[in-house]
Amino acid sequence: MGFLDIRNVTKSYGQVEVLHRVDIAVEEGEFLVLVGPSGCGKSTLLNMIAGLEGISAGEIAIKGRVVNGVHPSKRNIAMVFQSYALYPNMTVGQNMTFGLEMHGVPKPDRDRALAEVAKLLQIDHLLDRKPGQLSGGQRQRVAMGRALVRNPDVFLFDEPLSNLDAKLRVDMRTEIKKLHQKLRTTIVYVTHDQIEAMTLSTRIAVMNKGFVQQLGSPKEIYDTPANVFVATFMGSPAMNIVPATVVMENGTAHAALTDAEGQVQRLRFSQDLRAWEGKPILLGIRPEAITDPEGADRKSGNIQSLRNRVTVTEPAGADTFVTMTVSGRDAIARMRADANVAAGQVFDFAVNMEKAVAFDPETEQRIA
Amino acid sequence: MSVATQDTAVSTGRATRVLIYLILLLFALFYLLPLYVMGVNSLKPLEEITGGNMMALPGQWTLDPWRQAWSTAQIGVEPTGLKPYFLNSILMVVPAVAISTIVGALNGYVLTKWRFRGDTWVFGLMLFSCFIPFQIVLIPMAVVLGKLGLAGSVPGLILVHVVYGIGFTTLYFRNYYASFPTELIRAAQIDGAGFFRIFWRILLPVSGPIAVVSVIWQFTNIWNDFLFGVSFGGTSQPMTVALNNLVQSSTGVKEYNVHFAGAILAALPTLVVYIVAGRYFVRGLMAGSVKG
Repeated sequence: MGFLDIRNVTKSYGQVEVLHRVDIAVEEGEFLVLVGPSGCGKSTLLNMIAGLEGISAGEIAIKGRVVNGVHPSKRNIAMVFQSYALYPNMTVGQNMTFGLEMHGVPKPDRDRALAEVAKLLQIDHLLDRKPGQLSGGQRQRVAMGRALVRNPDVFLFDEPLSNLDAKLRVDMRTEIKKLHQKLRTTIVYVTHDQIEAMTLSTRIAVMNKGFVQQLGSPKEIYDTPANVFVATFMGSPAMNIVPATVVMENGTAHAALTDAEGQVQRLRFSQDLRAWEGKPILLGIRPEAITDPEGADRKSGNIQSLRNRVTVTEPAGADTFVTMTVSGRDAIARMRADANVAAGQVFDFAVNMEKAVAFDPETEQRIA
Repeated sequence: MSVATQDTAVSTGRATRVLIYLILLLFALFYLLPLYVMGVNSLKPLEEITGGNMMALPGQWTLDPWRQAWSTAQIGVEPTGLKPYFLNSILMVVPAVAISTIVGALNGYVLTKWRFRGDTWVFGLMLFSCFIPFQIVLIPMAVVLGKLGLAGSVPGLILVHVVYGIGFTTLYFRNYYASFPTELIRAAQIDGAGFFRIFWRILLPVSGPIAVVSVIWQFTNIWNDFLFGVSFGGTSQPMTVALNNLVQSSTGVKEYNVHFAGAILAALPTLVVYIVAGRYFVRGLMAGSVKG
């Protein structure tokens, strides 16, 4: 039993089920990120934990206490909203202590908690201002402060960074991570941004169409995605998914695929795929696993060469993205910025097959 | 020949501008003319009006018509002036405006932030009440007031006006609160505030503009109402009915100066409300319709 237990939780509106038997146990101090495209049910799940939406079936327990039907204010949770939801008529200080006031905490205690949190978030000089006079980043801090001041069991974040500009978003991301490392609180965080999910979390639940597609550490999710959806949703640019056939050569499995000219090329698998001999699969390779030979990972025990024509090169500063055609689909390679490639050229790509994964084309589930 | 100016999108020449201001000025004068006539004639003795020019300034300035209208003029059979009726109107208008505005705000709050099954129907029916003419409800209302024992009293009139006004006030507040972020309500719920606490601490403090709209609308309508006043006023008739009795009396000499003074007295409270809160009125009307 975890600190926050989500057991077989289902949500339906009338006949329509939008969340199907979600089962997650969150340990104390964990940073769980719910990530997925819009409409996947992640915010609904968060609202159910908060008590803002009812639970159709299953149960949610915090610290062993089942909270189905418990009022949001009695669950000892705090929530940071996407729009920050600061009360416009109150000062920053009043905003942050409103919850304590509603819970009947005496004024001296409220002031002490406020001073402590304001110092932690470096917003002590803003306490007498109204939210309208604050910048986006400051509002974000106040919203977090309002949550922190109550010292809840679980923090809930609903896309808290999506209203900030790109640079501030990265800064605040680091802030949140620092805060979590310092305070070791339990956090459930909803986002549609896979980079936020990767950087912040200790565990990720990738959701789609009301199902949890995969639950695991960021590394598990990234390296061994459970299915094609997770593989393509996490990572930018997305993982290359190309059709291939499994063929045996010298007793080991190889992926047979075609290059831009239609020539068959073979890449040796590191995994055992004997059972799939002669069958079609979907081969998944991350862009950074396809490089120029000099840029290949030296620690890898299985670098395979793929000779193919370059379609487009996109220098992005730190990296150069190189597009080619593999088995009739576009595949992207992530190269060093100074890699010597040009469009139209036939190039020897180095493919790190240790990082490759294979999916069943029927079910789209990972098989190796 | 015209040179395009840089600071306005539509450039207007000097001549056009003068013409526009001239026309606006004429309209303004035309619009203010009745007020001028009323003001001027309420300050002259009766002979000056009957003897000649209505547009002229008073030859002999006097406040007697105002004093008469206020305290000694014949209203119906009693020479009481408008004073007691003015008080009746105040006693009716203040609670009626306050109650209908508060109820409208609560309705708007519930209809937007505490949605329930069929809430759009409820709102639709309340909206419908805005389109019912006064005359249709006279008889049913008389029956209800009679059964409640409120016929012919100030509380009876208050009830009538509150019931009739709720449709409008609900419409105003519902539309205003619809653009109020629901996340704030949710945040307050998590913070532990209940139904009324959220209303009182979160919603009401930001309802200023729309409250002004509601108050102005209700005040003007209720103060100016004649039909309900004359039908259900009984012994506590409002100012409008008294003014009618003053002006329409068919005995004796028509004291136009007193009538003018009385009419201004009857219009004064609404004028004051507009002057004090007018700019919020426009702001509030906009706030309900367009986000920003």
